[in-house]
Amino acid sequence: MSEEKYVPKTKLAEWFDSRLPLLSLSHHLKSYPTPKNLNYWWTFGGILTFCLITQIVTGIILAMHYVAHTEHAFASIEHIMRDVNYGWLMRYVHSNGASMFFLAVYIHIFRGLYFGSYKAPREMIWIIGLAIYLLMMATAFMGYVLPWGQMSFWGATVITNLFSAIPLIGESVTNWLWGGFSVDNPTLNRFYSLHYLLPFLIFGLVILHIWSLHVPGNNNPIGIDVKKGSNETMPFHPYMVMKDLLALLAFLLLFFAFVFFLPDFLGHPDNYIPADPLITPAHIVPEWYLLPFYAILRAIPSKLGGVIFMFASIFVLVGLPWLDSSKVRSATFRPIYRKFFWVLVVTVILLGYLGAKPPEGIYLILARIATAYYFIHFLILLPLLGRYEKTDPLPMSISDPVLDKPGVLDKFKEMAGKYEGENVGSFK
Amino acid sequence: MTNKVEQKRRNFLFTATYTIGAVGLGAAVWPLVDQMNPDASVKALSTTEVDVSSIEPGKEITVLWRGKPIFIKRRTEKEISEAAKVDLKDLKDPEKDSDRAKNPEWLVMIGVCTHLGCVPLKNKGEYKGWFCPCHGSHYDTSGRIRKGPAPTNLEIPKYEFVENNIIKIG
Repeated sequence: MSEEKYVPKTKLAEWFDSRLPLLSLSHHLKSYPTPKNLNYWWTFGGILTFCLITQIVTGIILAMHYVAHTEHAFASIEHIMRDVNYGWLMRYVHSNGASMFFLAVYIHIFRGLYFGSYKAPREMIWIIGLAIYLLMMATAFMGYVLPWGQMSFWGATVITNLFSAIPLIGESVTNWLWGGFSVDNPTLNRFYSLHYLLPFLIFGLVILHIWSLHVPGNNNPIGIDVKKGSNETMPFHPYMVMKDLLALLAFLLLFFAFVFFLPDFLGHPDNYIPADPLITPAHIVPEWYLLPFYAILRAIPSKLGGVIFMFASIFVLVGLPWLDSSKVRSATFRPIYRKFFWVLVVTVILLGYLGAKPPEGIYLILARIATAYYFIHFLILLPLLGRYEKTDPLPMSISDPVLDKPGVLDKFKEMAGKYEGENVGSFK
Repeated sequence: MTNKVEQKRRNFLFTATYTIGAVGLGAAVWPLVDQMNPDASVKALSTTEVDVSSIEPGKEITVLWRGKPIFIKRRTEKEISEAAKVDLKDLKDPEKDSDRAKNPEWLVMIGVCTHLGCVPLKNKGEYKGWFCPCHGSHYDTSGRIRKGPAPTNLEIPKYEFVENNIIKIG
């Protein structure tokens, strides 16, 4: 199915579309050709869009009741939880929504890693995606500060102090970020302002992300180029829309299981203690989705070094399309990369686990090994694999892996023979 | 010939315009950046006076200065001698104890770990000074970093004894 040009059906539509081609855009979005073999790992783009809109809607509502002042912030959160109609629901959807957002984005990123979706000609999609991910982390971090509990305060202190590691200008930079000499009311106020702003920047980047996707079209589990004008693609609506919606419903089951039954499971109880600049909680842990980076930060026995490695662990991903020089996209046809992919998944999960543990003894040793492996994977293994890995032969078309099995066509004809209806004549 | 002169003149005018434009833009952006720096009301709170007469030897109090905890410790003879006899070669950030405590009995420090800003716990750690629970930095009885990720010793704020028992910080 190839994409047809929009042809206005009425004079009014023609008048409107020639002045502002919104109807053409909507037609493009509906008929956008998607490979017919996309699996459920491809539904997370839609799920993420849902997460972003949910966060923006609940966030705007929370902002109607929240007070960004050190003396009132904590109380205003309790006011939302106890007094505001459905305030508890809005806040729990927003706080668990952040976790769900990150869960979905990690699946989305690892799907890209497995199927080589970052490779030419899709490098821009990947890089814009990383920018979105960075903004998501900044937004989530600043949002976590707003309730002004102990974890909010000390999390903000530790993270903003990362910048004090910069030689010479570090202290001026942190004072500038704080608007004072420590995390205090000016800091809370500006974090609130930025926490409100950044989601809209993310929204803008999401539009660019989708735009850059619609130029080359989707990658697919086989990883070979689909022939656009052929029966290898289907229009986005209704086929992908329906599939995305089904996946979204399954995702919502998990989402609302947390919201209704385990609303504080992913949070930290210390954040229900109002912020106190004189007492640091015994264990400062960031939210689960930042733990792998926290583990890397603490694994390096130097302040500046830890900060550099932590940021490098994200920025190394920008170079991924060039570090992975293999021309074969999908790990399905890369027997060695496939194994290393799963080692990387385990390494990142291990780093997450270690980030929640105190940095001593075996935990510290493991964190160092895992950190080293993380960088070895991207900087050494991928370039070597691109050069030396013997990949499996690629099919000629995305239909082959299904149709090439012996007896498949006969079985299909037999099934079609039993079916009485329109459009089966050609199969019979 | 005239064309070449024209071209040169035009290039010069473009460059001059861009330059002036960049300076103007920079001047316009600076207030937008500088507004985030500590404001007058924050800077105004920059001194605190503390009465230390009630602190027994070996005890420590914590006061708040510029939103940060300040440790005021009245050290025992043992703690002072332990701090004084350390070989400077063993230190990550070499500093004599006598340079850190003008009056050896009183140690006044910013109680903020120089690693990532947590508040260290007193009388803890391998050097019986302070210990930061966040990322495991150990400080000695002079507040000097001995082990762990912190790069420098606990910072000494500007302070003076305005009277016998009154310390002015800032």
